[in-house]
Amino acid sequence: MGNVTIKLNGKEYEVPEGITILEAAKAAHIEIPTLCYLKEVNEIGACRMCVVEVKGAKTLVASCVYPVSDGMEIQTNSRRVINSRRKTLQLLLSNHRKDCLACVRSGSCELMRLCRELQVEESGRYDGEQTPSEIDGSAIHMVRDNSKCILCRRCVAVCEKIQGIGVIGANNRGFATSIGSPFGKGLAETSCVSCGQCIAVCPTGALTEKDSTGAVFEALEDPEKYVVVQTAPAVRAALGEEFGYAPGTPVEGKMVSALRALGFDKVFDTDFGADLTILEEANELLERVRNNGVLPMITSCSPGWVKYCEYYYPDMLGNLSSCKSPQQMLGAVIKTYFARKKGIDPANIVSVSVMPCTAKKFEITRDGESGSGYPDVDISITTRELARMIRRSGILFGELEDGAFDHPLGESTGAGVIFGATGGVMEAALRTAAEQLEGKKLEKLEFCQVRGMEGTKEAEYTLGGRKVKVAVVSGLGNARRILDKVRDGEADYQFIEIMGCPGGCINGGGQPQWPPREKEERHVLERRAQALYGLDEEKPIRKSHENPSIQRLYKEYLGHPGSHTAHRILHTTYGPREIHRIGDGQEA
Amino acid sequence: MFRCHVLLCGGTGCTSAGSREIKKCLEKELKERGLDKEIAVVKTGCFGMCSVGPIMMVYPDQVLYCTVQPEDVPEIVEEHLLKGRPVKRLIYDENMAGGGIRTLEDTEFYRKQMRVALRNCGIINPENIEEYIARDGYEALGRVLTEMTPDEVIQVILDSGLRGRGGAGFPTGLKWKFASGRRGEVQKYVCCNADEGDPGAFMDRSVLEGDPHVVLEAMAIAGYAIGASQGYIYVRAEYPIAVQRLQIAIGQAREYGLLGKDIFSSGFDFDIELRLGAGAFVCGEETALMTSIEGNRGEPRPRPPFPAVKGLFESPTILNNVETYANIPQIILNGPEWFASIGTEKSKGTKVFALGGKIRNTGLVEIPMGTTLRTVVEEIGGGIPGGKKFKAAQTGGPSGGCIPAEHFDIPIDYDNLISIGSMMGSGGMIIMDEDTCMVDIAKFFLEFTVDESCGKCTPCRIGTKRMLEILEKITEGEGTEEDLAELEELAYYIKDNALCGLGQTAPNPVLSTLRYFRDEYVAHVRDKKCPAHVCRNLLEYKISADKCRGCTLCMRGCPVQAIQGKAKEPHVIDPQKCIKCGACLATCRFGAIYME
Amino acid sequence: MSNKSMGLEERKEVPFQGTEQQREELLGFIHGHAGQKGCLMPVMQKAQEIYGYLPQEVQKLIADEMGIPMEKIYGVATFYSQFHLAPKGKYQVSVCLGTACYVKGAGNIYNKFSELLGIGEGECTSDGMFSLDACRCVGACGLAPVAMVNGDVYGRLTVDDVRGILDKYMKDGED
Repeated sequence: MGNVTIKLNGKEYEVPEGITILEAAKAAHIEIPTLCYLKEVNEIGACRMCVVEVKGAKTLVASCVYPVSDGMEIQTNSRRVINSRRKTLQLLLSNHRKDCLACVRSGSCELMRLCRELQVEESGRYDGEQTPSEIDGSAIHMVRDNSKCILCRRCVAVCEKIQGIGVIGANNRGFATSIGSPFGKGLAETSCVSCGQCIAVCPTGALTEKDSTGAVFEALEDPEKYVVVQTAPAVRAALGEEFGYAPGTPVEGKMVSALRALGFDKVFDTDFGADLTILEEANELLERVRNNGVLPMITSCSPGWVKYCEYYYPDMLGNLSSCKSPQQMLGAVIKTYFARKKGIDPANIVSVSVMPCTAKKFEITRDGESGSGYPDVDISITTRELARMIRRSGILFGELEDGAFDHPLGESTGAGVIFGATGGVMEAALRTAAEQLEGKKLEKLEFCQVRGMEGTKEAEYTLGGRKVKVAVVSGLGNARRILDKVRDGEADYQFIEIMGCPGGCINGGGQPQWPPREKEERHVLERRAQALYGLDEEKPIRKSHENPSIQRLYKEYLGHPGSHTAHRILHTTYGPREIHRIGDGQEA
Repeated sequence: MFRCHVLLCGGTGCTSAGSREIKKCLEKELKERGLDKEIAVVKTGCFGMCSVGPIMMVYPDQVLYCTVQPEDVPEIVEEHLLKGRPVKRLIYDENMAGGGIRTLEDTEFYRKQMRVALRNCGIINPENIEEYIARDGYEALGRVLTEMTPDEVIQVILDSGLRGRGGAGFPTGLKWKFASGRRGEVQKYVCCNADEGDPGAFMDRSVLEGDPHVVLEAMAIAGYAIGASQGYIYVRAEYPIAVQRLQIAIGQAREYGLLGKDIFSSGFDFDIELRLGAGAFVCGEETALMTSIEGNRGEPRPRPPFPAVKGLFESPTILNNVETYANIPQIILNGPEWFASIGTEKSKGTKVFALGGKIRNTGLVEIPMGTTLRTVVEEIGGGIPGGKKFKAAQTGGPSGGCIPAEHFDIPIDYDNLISIGSMMGSGGMIIMDEDTCMVDIAKFFLEFTVDESCGKCTPCRIGTKRMLEILEKITEGEGTEEDLAELEELAYYIKDNALCGLGQTAPNPVLSTLRYFRDEYVAHVRDKKCPAHVCRNLLEYKISADKCRGCTLCMRGCPVQAIQGKAKEPHVIDPQKCIKCGACLATCRFGAIYME
Repeated sequence: MSNKSMGLEERKEVPFQGTEQQREELLGFIHGHAGQKGCLMPVMQKAQEIYGYLPQEVQKLIADEMGIPMEKIYGVATFYSQFHLAPKGKYQVSVCLGTACYVKGAGNIYNKFSELLGIGEGECTSDGMFSLDACRCVGACGLAPVAMVNGDVYGRLTVDDVRGILDKYMKDGED
């Protein structure tokens, strides 16, 4: 398609034919506000925030879905347009529980921001009947509060189209329309996998993680408790955004200092758990290859993915690595190896994790995840919750000196830190597997084919004379496509990395939120990933099996990868789950 | 050969009034008297005179009986069919005007009408394809397939000036033309909108019940014109008779090779599938209808892309409503010039209206475009009953508006109706007299819209709800003049911002009543009065001291003891206690109780 | 969990009593339409025809058989007013509130039914005999105001006719 000439607010522009008015305006440096729009995912023209005036059109048109055509004359800021947008906001406010003062989204709320920009006061002008709603707090990982829902349906689109799950949708119609699950069930009763991608795209406070900061503060205040914290790789790449740092600014040092300031007795690094995972997983893979085990082996670090597999591909649970996730491995090591070493009763340890993920809240409750006899991890909070704790405690994040993780479970390698981006687990595993199979040091550590934000990546390597075909997938919709291929015998991978969230943990459901368009324009995901790869490069040790603390752990406690002890505390089991369960109100 | 045909209306109106029972009685009676070989009983579609059903028409005499009851049947058989003496007491009264019996065509009801879309309704047995064929049925399809190119077909429709009968009046030929590209290369669909949902409208139902084949034939013609081999009819599930007759018709057409493979040995394949609606008014909107056929919530989607480019199952699709299709075969057979000669400059042909409300002849009427409202109401409709005054006609259902008496002589066509703030819509026409409160009517339509809003876009989902709340306030006597301004502002906002045609037109009933009956709104908010005495909260029941005889009947009947008074002395109603139930008004034998 | 006051059907705890025969019939229909484009609504209509309503168990069956999320089915079921989540009465009373009927006082007719039956919109009497709905225009405007009980149409109604209509069915119920 060629170019067309359009007139935008009186000025002429040449733009590619077929793009939307919204895109054309952006190219002309004109911002048009949106709410329901989610590029290529939710283009439904429903909220009417983005209306503009097109000469000759009978009504205003939704710029997010309206294509430009030659000679089109568009006004994006006329009085008619602005008044319409303001009225739309007033109407949305009239059916929105305006709990803004204490709402966790206060400040990051897109509705609030638009009201501010368009100077829409909370006049109560259209206050009237409200769509009845109840708060759904049934799920372990999140709370759904429809009284703050503005029916943009971004959550629905993400759940259905990106994750391929569809446990929430629009129900009823007209003013009674609400987003929810069948028969008004709580999310816990559905086949929700806890990925939290719905929260990530929610413009308001309607969808939030279940807040566990209270429990953490309580533990910290309890003098009887030894409170240990671990932080996942992706957290350090995003936490800064909560404190005004540009996306992609790594804040590992400040984060550690902040945690110490909060009063944690030990600040450990989930990267250590990641290194440990690599050793166990690489060993498992080699054993499967050697013993004609089930292949391809698929990673099990992402609890959203694991739960998805249990629901939708129960026949492929044998493909899942039996390794616990890094969080759980580290948690188990803390309450066994570390506790013993320190002489602490594991019963008195409160193990907290800071994760980019909401499914981790679910993971800590899984059966078979208590290597010490006590839960591997007691409380899991998200990056956002940590930011909230820091703010509430009056810690001036920007002023903090850089701190360092505690030893021994704070020592990690570059391989561990890249776990946070899609392809990272694969690359880390390849680094270790390649050296073990080749029997010599790798010259080049980077496996660039498995890097990048694409949802599905494939690569083939020759390791120790053996061809290894791998795939890296992020986002569960993509996972479904790959799994179907595997199931149908159309793919011959030996090893697949699957992450529940698109882009991997850096884009987890617990990460700082951005208005979707800004997130894209500012390349937030790419920058977070770059931050992790940067940290990797800076690390003196970049291969998991070279981590001295890991080596000591095996020597002093575990023996060798895949040992009996390793199996007892670092591995787990899976079981099928029923979808469309007619349940008893309990979490599936 | 039969010497006589008795046509019995089998439309929904007459079926509801008991025509099935009449048919049974009649057949039994004829058989008993051995007349069943000479007199045929035919179940037809709607005659259009639903208010006086069940309707029975005796040919060749053309005597029209109305409100026939089973006990009348022996008399009709004995007197009329046997002895040739029509039963005068049952004859439609207008036929008897002036003493002598007039044929149906001579009645005022029929004389001003012109039947194109309804030409077979009430005349043929809709369950018999032979009768349709006998009335030139499928001839147009044959001619199209054997003598015309697809482009020629489209040109004929373009030349005829036919515009969509379902709503906004988009030129049908143009719609077809837009969808005609890449014939044979891509899958395309022809859809029929039979999801007639406007309250008070039943034109499409009557066509489907009375002449289902005309729709099938026209869809096949459309399929040939744009290069589609599959059609869908989306019909309201609330129309069981229409659904059943369509099923029969599709079956018969397939049997006769008029649907299916290689129709008329032309190599053209076309088949039709029925899809039933499930009770959502919004599915009358074209994109919502397609979304619904696809198996989803019937929510409209933004246009562009238009259905002609990306419609059903993302394929090029045309969608026309039943009445539009019903015109197609006649246009092909009689030529576009014939069709274009009927009607006004920009609105060609005829339009079917479902006439209802406060009017003597309620029913179905088909008039040439350009007929005045006066003709419809006074001549065809027989005027307003009870000596009441005409106040307004509502057209276009919840998307339309009210036409006041000042526009009584405006020729009815698409553009005129738009210019006076209403619209053609699918053709419901509700007549209102002076007892109708226009604020209440606006509220009624808005209640409908709020109920039927799909809930997708903000303006319609929340905006119409807020408008309704304001209207409720006004009719309850709590409105202010600021509320009127707010109502109007919201109305214009919704018109300008809603996603689909339904949302955009939802404020029309309010806007048009505000335009023509603003004083009534003002009376509600400023004087706290409802001039038509409809809005209960604004009424006061009073007893005329002159007329009251003090019989105490009303006092005893009042459920809340709001009436006081001694026997044989005028009573008084305590407005504080009165709940305005109207019980006193009903009991008073002296006409002493009145509302103010 | 919500919308109870919105005139929408609330979840009634009526135990599901589907039979194997009903299940077979529905499965047969689903398999007969497998792969047909957009066949969800016809399947749901068939299911309602078989069971009388669309309870969880039936929606689950459809979801499992057709491989689509139950939420999608539920979303469709709650969008269209003709799908029911709760069982209907043996006699389903629906009062037309179309324009013509409304203008002629159908609102009072509806209220009378509601008063005599002691139930509101979409509800079912405790004995399972009657359920009440207000419906859209049934196209019998010439007979306005109109009410229907199952298939039977009653036209030109007055408030005084209501009791007689109900009595007739109550008697039938006793037989």
